[in-house]
Amino acid sequence: MTSSGGATGIGRHFEKGKKKKKIPPRRRRRRRQRRLRPELSARRGASGRARSAGQAPSRATAMAGAGGGGCPAGGNDFQWCFSQVKGAVDEDVAEADIISTVEFNYSGDLLATGDKGGRVVIFQREQENKSRPHSRGEYNVYSTFQSHEPEFDYLKSLEIEEKINKIRWLPQQNAAHFLLSTNDKTIKLWKISERDKRAEGYNLKDEDGRLRDPFRITALRVPILKPMDLMVEASPRRIFANAHMYHISSISVNSDHETYLSADDLRINLWHLEITDRSFNIVDIKPANMEELTEVITAAAFHPHQCNVFVYSSSKGTIWLCDMRSSALCDRHSKFFEEPEDPSSRSFFSEIISFISDVKFSHSGRYMMTRDYLSVKVWDLNMENRPVETHQVHEYLRSKLCSLYENDCIFDKFECCWNGSDSAIMTGSYNNFFRMFDRNTRRDVTLEASRENSKPRASLKPRKVCTGGKRKKDEISVDSLDFNKKILHTAWHPVENIIAVAATNNLYIFQDKIN
Amino acid sequence: MMLSKGLKRKREEEEEEEEKKEDLEVDAWWLDPGHPAVTQTPPTVASSSLFDLSVLKLHHSLRQSEPDLRHLVLVVNTLRRIQASMAPTVTLPPVPSPPIVPSVADNLLASSDATLSTSIASLLEDLSHIEGLSQAPQPLADEGPPGRPVGATPPSLGALDLLSPATGCLLDDGLEGLFEDIDTSMYDSELWVPASEGLKPGPEDGPGKEGAPELDEAELDYLMDVLVGTQALERPPGPGR
Repeated sequence: MTSSGGATGIGRHFEKGKKKKKIPPRRRRRRRQRRLRPELSARRGASGRARSAGQAPSRATAMAGAGGGGCPAGGNDFQWCFSQVKGAVDEDVAEADIISTVEFNYSGDLLATGDKGGRVVIFQREQENKSRPHSRGEYNVYSTFQSHEPEFDYLKSLEIEEKINKIRWLPQQNAAHFLLSTNDKTIKLWKISERDKRAEGYNLKDEDGRLRDPFRITALRVPILKPMDLMVEASPRRIFANAHMYHISSISVNSDHETYLSADDLRINLWHLEITDRSFNIVDIKPANMEELTEVITAAAFHPHQCNVFVYSSSKGTIWLCDMRSSALCDRHSKFFEEPEDPSSRSFFSEIISFISDVKFSHSGRYMMTRDYLSVKVWDLNMENRPVETHQVHEYLRSKLCSLYENDCIFDKFECCWNGSDSAIMTGSYNNFFRMFDRNTRRDVTLEASRENSKPRASLKPRKVCTGGKRKKDEISVDSLDFNKKILHTAWHPVENIIAVAATNNLYIFQDKIN
Repeated sequence: MMLSKGLKRKREEEEEEEEKKEDLEVDAWWLDPGHPAVTQTPPTVASSSLFDLSVLKLHHSLRQSEPDLRHLVLVVNTLRRIQASMAPTVTLPPVPSPPIVPSVADNLLASSDATLSTSIASLLEDLSHIEGLSQAPQPLADEGPPGRPVGATPPSLGALDLLSPATGCLLDDGLEGLFEDIDTSMYDSELWVPASEGLKPGPEDGPGKEGAPELDEAELDYLMDVLVGTQALERPPGPGR
């Protein structure tokens, strides 16, 4: 499956004037690494840059790069501009290529994505290049591997999807990187390590690995380590399986760096990273009689600093904060967060739209953010009766709830994220729009992730949805929104203003000009 | 459709299905932006179309080989709300034998709300039954003949019946738990049974999940053979063989 080099990589999509060659679906890859074996390695050139198969010539990557340069006066504190986009351009999207999770690591140097095909692709930020001072570090493929395979449960005659639901990085403790990835049933701990040395001069085997005949060996030698092209390998170190009856929706690494939790629809389990054959059940909301089931767990997260505290959210819009010190089974919450329902906006869909699809602690640990269908709410952990902030994401959809219920869009699970300083939050919407809220200035902006805006150094123009009356130029009316283009997964660099936005099978990276 | 358990479909097929579902809608009043109900406070009484839609969704959800609990719970709760608004004064009668209907939408429309709530209760009860958690002394009427409404008997509600993982032993839950979700629907010629037939005693008539309490030793042995292989073959044949 080696590529013939040249115009097969993703970079070719950006080469002006070149005709885009259509790739047969089987070989279509979201990333460029065609030479890779499923488990392992990306080869890196001697210069240290990832030498992906068919990497485009530098002008193509320059096109994809963000520039510094003059920024137009913006109304917001941020001035986002396009940096890179990864993924196939073709309209015909392979289901397996749909991105299902995006996550920066603790330093922000690595960006991991998971897709419906069970693959994980990790991008690494290149070191700042002195020859191109205006070009901030770009993200290029670092490693690609197949994390989960589709499984077939013969006893129940059903297929277990290989879709990666969540990826969570572990804090880096040595040269290797570790991450947890999970599908509906199984969590895996992956080790991603670099190898740049190779032992040569074995006594018992040849350079190509064939065993030598012991009788032929006349002299002994000590193998020596020689440098080699940098190779990045991913290997599964732990497999945490058979502990969830229902679909795993979240995983969260504890601040003690030794344990983590995994949550499915009705239960939350606590694991130790070293122990795979057992886990502790810490939350169980399964009723004795399934007839009485009215609520499921939708998300869970550990507090970023207090290793005994975690939260979980429900399909009814409530959040429980639990302290593991109080009891082994955290059935009784320490705190209970719920905003009373506004009677004037009550409808048949009130419960569905109050369903919390994501919960994220702020970096400071003082706040947490929840995403329901129409809004993002920021809660102060010390105040349970209502959120301190409520930001409307797409309030114009409130009058369309019936049709959104009909086409199942109302069940979409949007995620949300904080920036490094907790001063801004971001979440996705439809039509490849995503929304950003600045908590200090109280300003918000709607931006779009689209190929049309993918010009180098192009600033993102704020978008506006027209909710009624006369539609102004550049506005888009609610009925023209494409509900198939949904941005469910977004991530914000932990330190800098770099964001990664997953739009179906494409990954967009935007950077803030001001910096 | 019933038999396509967990088969992955391409996006195009899914979209086609969405379109088909939309075509089924009888009355799309809510799509009309000019309709007052859309923009004002929602009506206190739902139209029957919304009700039908919810029922369809519920059955579609249950039809999945591994129903998405979250989706299921939300749809059921919404359906209950709609039903409550449509007939707020109906009191629930004691649970009778659930209606067995060839066409879900028609019959549910025709039947009373009480029957509907019974159906919903029985649908959820199926989940519970599969779990093996249902209380022992349940009347046979509830346990169910094969001819349950379509959505109530998915080929295998596998997700709800995973055997205790901690033990690591398949047979810990007992043979009943083991067999409840074996899908024999592929071998059934008739998935829907008219109401008059009532209970079907034969364990192999219906989807396997109903069968466990009614399997006799011979059936169990046979199934054990299939599953366990040589181990089972060493056992002496049961009385029915």
